[in-house]
Amino acid sequence: MIGATPLAGYLLVAALLFAIGLAGALTRRNAILVLIGIELMLNAANLNLIAFWRYGPHPEALTGMMFAIFSIAVAAAEAAVGLGLVISIYRHTNTAELDKISRMKG
Amino acid sequence: MWRAKGVEGSAVVLFAARFGTHDPWRDARKDGRLLSPIFYILAVLTLAGGLASVTLKHLVHCALAVTVAFAGLALLFLQLDAQFAGFAQILVYIGAVVILIVFAILLTRGSDLPKEGVFSKTWPVGLLIAAAVFAVLGWAVLQSVRAVPQQAAVPAVTVRDIGIALVGRYVLPLEIVALLLTAATIGAVIVAMHEKVRSR
Repeated sequence: MIGATPLAGYLLVAALLFAIGLAGALTRRNAILVLIGIELMLNAANLNLIAFWRYGPHPEALTGMMFAIFSIAVAAAEAAVGLGLVISIYRHTNTAELDKISRMKG
Repeated sequence: MWRAKGVEGSAVVLFAARFGTHDPWRDARKDGRLLSPIFYILAVLTLAGGLASVTLKHLVHCALAVTVAFAGLALLFLQLDAQFAGFAQILVYIGAVVILIVFAILLTRGSDLPKEGVFSKTWPVGLLIAAAVFAVLGWAVLQSVRAVPQQAAVPAVTVRDIGIALVGRYVLPLEIVALLLTAATIGAVIVAMHEKVRSR
């Protein structure tokens, strides 16, 4: 069975979540949905970090846990700046649809 | 509280006592060979939430679905004995990021449906890239995970240990993250500030 070892199960879930987030970021037209996809990808990476921390050789060193905590903090900062950018772009172009924002196209 | 229900309640207590000491799933988890059924439930919940959040039409529904995905991830962290990360996930993502997303949806009038559809014109390419990435990742996981030695014992890490590590070994990253969060807050305010205010 595929998910026979716990680490493989968690890693596969994280890989699937990453792929879902990537698909969302690449296929949606709305900028907010693209940001949601990026958040899903970051979360999938966090799940990987925690899973490796849990099943790795030295969990008492807390390396993976710390990496995940700092990653959560950086993701929060990224969400704040990203959504601020979306609101700013909306104010300029009156749309949040990425197809219509083509001002920098050569 | 259980005992107040009489015969049924005491049966529940007996059942809990029996399986608290002889939990077959916990034994299997200690061996490191088997995943508990809770993991499968949480994985399905998380993935369904993630899938719904990128496929639903209305942006508000997407925000709700991504909340479900974040909650499932927090529960997966708890299942991995990472309590601090799980609660940080709930606080930061469900408490802050989802609220920010909802605010952004409302401020950009994202609840109006676009006439051209919600997916971009090049969506098959994006889907293909995502499928390719998943294929590579899944292949790598299945190929390499047998070679990784797995620690089965539950790590004895308390929040106190995390706090001591944060102000000891990881104090420099902590300060840098504090600086980054300050800069991001100021930057977000400046970026989203009204244009006229800046030109004056």
